[in-house]
Amino acid sequence: MASETAEPYLKIVGVTKKFGEFTALKDISLEVFEKEFVCFLGPSGCGKTTLLRAIAGLDIQTSGQVFQKGRDISDLPPSSRDFGIVFQSYALFPNLTVEKNVAYGLENQKVPQDRIKTRVAELLELVGLPDQGRKYPAQLSGGQQQRVALARALATEPGLLLLDEPLSALDAKVRARLRHEIKELQNQIGVTTIMVTHDQEEALTMADRIVVMNNGVIEQVGSPIDIYSHPASPFVADFIGTTNFIDAKLQTPTSAQIGNFEVSLSASPPDLSAGQDVTLCIRPEDVLTGSRVDGAPNQIELGIHHVEFLGSFHRLHTDPVSGDTSLMIDVSVARAREIDISVGSRIQVALPAEHMNVYPARG
Amino acid sequence: MSEAAANTAPIVKPKISRDDWIMRGAMILIALYLLICIAFPLYALLSKSFENAQGEFIGLKNYITYLTTPALSWSIGNSFKVTLMATVIVMFVAFIYAYALTRSCMPFKSLFKGIALVPILMPSLLPAIALVFFFGNQGIIKEWLFGAELYGPIGIVMGEVFYVFPHVMTIMLISMSLSDARLYEASEVLGASKIKTFFTVTLPSMRYGLVSAFFVAFTLIITDFGVPKVVGGQYNVLATDVYKQVVGRHDFQMGAVVSMALLIPAVFAFIADRIVQRKQVALLSARAVPFQPKPSKAFDRIMLAFCSLIGFIILSILAMAAFASVVKFWPYNLSLTTKHYNFKLMDGGGWDSYYNSIELATWTAIFGTAIVFFGAYLVEKSRGFQQGRTAMQALCMVPMAVPGLVLGLAYVFFFNSPDNPLNFLYHTMPILVICTITHFYTVAHLSAVTALKQMDPEFEAVSQSLKAPFYKTFWRVTVPVCTPAVLDISMYLFVNAMTTVSAVVFLYSSDTSLASVAVLNMDDAGDQSPAAAMGMMIVCTAAGVRLLHMILTRGIQSRTQAWRKR
Ligand SMILES: Nc1ncnc2c1ncn2[C@@H]1O[C@H](COP(=O)(O)OP(=O)(O)O)[C@@H](O)[C@H]1O
Ligand SMILES: [Mg+2]
Repeated sequence: MASETAEPYLKIVGVTKKFGEFTALKDISLEVFEKEFVCFLGPSGCGKTTLLRAIAGLDIQTSGQVFQKGRDISDLPPSSRDFGIVFQSYALFPNLTVEKNVAYGLENQKVPQDRIKTRVAELLELVGLPDQGRKYPAQLSGGQQQRVALARALATEPGLLLLDEPLSALDAKVRARLRHEIKELQNQIGVTTIMVTHDQEEALTMADRIVVMNNGVIEQVGSPIDIYSHPASPFVADFIGTTNFIDAKLQTPTSAQIGNFEVSLSASPPDLSAGQDVTLCIRPEDVLTGSRVDGAPNQIELGIHHVEFLGSFHRLHTDPVSGDTSLMIDVSVARAREIDISVGSRIQVALPAEHMNVYPARG
Repeated sequence: MSEAAANTAPIVKPKISRDDWIMRGAMILIALYLLICIAFPLYALLSKSFENAQGEFIGLKNYITYLTTPALSWSIGNSFKVTLMATVIVMFVAFIYAYALTRSCMPFKSLFKGIALVPILMPSLLPAIALVFFFGNQGIIKEWLFGAELYGPIGIVMGEVFYVFPHVMTIMLISMSLSDARLYEASEVLGASKIKTFFTVTLPSMRYGLVSAFFVAFTLIITDFGVPKVVGGQYNVLATDVYKQVVGRHDFQMGAVVSMALLIPAVFAFIADRIVQRKQVALLSARAVPFQPKPSKAFDRIMLAFCSLIGFIILSILAMAAFASVVKFWPYNLSLTTKHYNFKLMDGGGWDSYYNSIELATWTAIFGTAIVFFGAYLVEKSRGFQQGRTAMQALCMVPMAVPGLVLGLAYVFFFNSPDNPLNFLYHTMPILVICTITHFYTVAHLSAVTALKQMDPEFEAVSQSLKAPFYKTFWRVTVPVCTPAVLDISMYLFVNAMTTVSAVVFLYSSDTSLASVAVLNMDDAGDQSPAAAMGMMIVCTAAGVRLLHMILTRGIQSRTQAWRKR
């Protein structure tokens, strides 16, 4: 990742896209740095593909600008831009062999035949399909087709690689393996990459930075850890991972009232004032239990209403804290041995201030 | 930036790439072609109907004359009467036939499907001639009409039912095979009887197909010229009236007026059909599970009997046409001869007209397929230029609404005008080719669009990202992938160019006489056996081309199965 001061490789300024009356993108601004792997993450229909297609020039934005390497490419057709693209459908040419598919872009650059040959062999090697060149796309598995599409997009050494849900057509196992391979490949050749996905796990494992989108706007931009631990909005907190939403009333900037309990907060947004209804978010795994509660602030005792066993941990659902807000608490299998988590029993927990995020009350 | 600021931000005007320019240019060329070949001639026809013989504008006078002369306006009622009657009969028969093919377990289904398509291979004059041999004054089974006269409404209805049967049956077949098996299962589970299921599931799910079949049959019949020409007798209908006014009386103005009378119902039927089709498409998008019939002895037998009867009638009409072409001197000497195939002795242009037809059909297939497919590609796959594409799409639909006779007459007015720089085309082979391509443009265009819609829409996007010009991807990917559809279109154009009479009957010259026109002229001259012989030449050629098409398609399918998904 480049430093903050470096010139961004791709700069998007105030991009708005309308389809008739409907606004699919609202005033989007974003910077992507050289060699970065950025994921557009958001629920289906939030405008990820629309933004990607605007960057590619396939569906040019209604207003706003796009700069690539400092060059204003806002109004250029795709053929005048520098990118490679992989679609969800792969869009491999079915009547051409794998080799011909990969060579398609090179032929247009008037590269000599023997050079094309070695380059195609190189690329197929790179994506792990060295001896599938003579087959047709239909004769390959989904994962193999995906790699051919990747090789074809990379053949002309584009400065920018665009991937639109490249893994969503594959089954879970292949998907997990390809995630890793694509990331590896991107590291190896260092191409700036933007990937669209609605799968948070994919984004968290692959991206250097994640752009969380919702309803045509960017909700948050940040590293996976950043976004996970400091979601900028309840939407982000909810969309990525699992979160408890707790209704509360702000007392002072650093304390709030949850039902009958008072909790301390590390900080709250400056635009919130005392007495205002707020929503506190805390992830189930951040709630302290067992011996870690000892001496911690913000302790609450709660009844256990329901327990889910999820493999490496248990998820406890408690009785309501205030109103109808109950808490989810993740307890590792190891810790579960030291405390009683049977339904109906009571448990002492602590809500660490540094893991509690404060937002204006929802709806 | 605030919301308000975003709203006032300057609109990005996309730069138009070289590809876009070429595509738009090509699209405008094709649109221009369609304008010259359909819109301008129709305008010429329309204005002719407001003129007198001296070419002076006389307003509605021709129309008033037409409507107040009973001998002329009589044919409007006649046309509607026979058309509605034939439409109802053919719908009924085709419905049961299609029902048997989709909902029964009778044997020989593909054979019956094939037989049902036989009439497509014939110019509509030919079954009419066969009817004359069956029921005419010297017909072998004329008693079967109980003394009624073939020449007139009876003959027209019989001939038309035969002629449009394949079209109507195909629409019904498609509509029936689209209906959802899950509805039938639900109905069965709810304990509904077969008959109740038929009325609550089958018919409602087919309603668009039925309406569409009705309009298609109606249009084909009211605009058909071959059948009433041969067996209409004194019973005038609109189509024969146009011909009589123009060829018989050289009254071009009145010909134009009658053409308008023929055009109006055709346009209405066309618009109604488009509306219905759009609804059916919406219905289709839900994924249906195809229906699998269960064997039922009695039902399957009844259906087999019905299809056998209809199949037998179709084949016997074909057989009679074939027999008529080789019989020495009907009905006095029934020994066989090939002398009727010696067209040299006949008026109608002899063998030359057959060769001309082959030439016409070949050029029509080649140029027509190229223009239609490329045009459809541009409409479907070009970027931006939304209004241009919508206009082009609409223009492509117009030819379907225009009856062949009307188109042909419009060409006479437009291309024969001394002021027209394209006047040199008049009475040449090219004008026949142009007219035939235009006449059959819409159906060909729609099949091309269907094939193109099935291709991944991202091919063009990928090819742009790889900096490939669109024509390269068109040629290396689109055309090969769509080869079966391209073959279908060229076969459709070839067969129709062979069999059509109506559009070309005003346009041929002594050098460019055509086989189908020869059938008409020989029949007119009373030479029915030679007419049947020429008709059989058309049938055999069309059948041969279909066979060739089938072999080619199979060959391509097996050669490309490595990459075609099954
Ligand atoms: N060509 C189009 N015409 C009209 N609406 C569109 C078009 N493309 C996308 N949209 C709408 O824009 C919104 C965003 O779509 P998209 O960018 O494809 O979402 P996603 O985040 O799932 O990729 C959706 O509501 C979609 O219906
Ligand atoms: Mg998408």
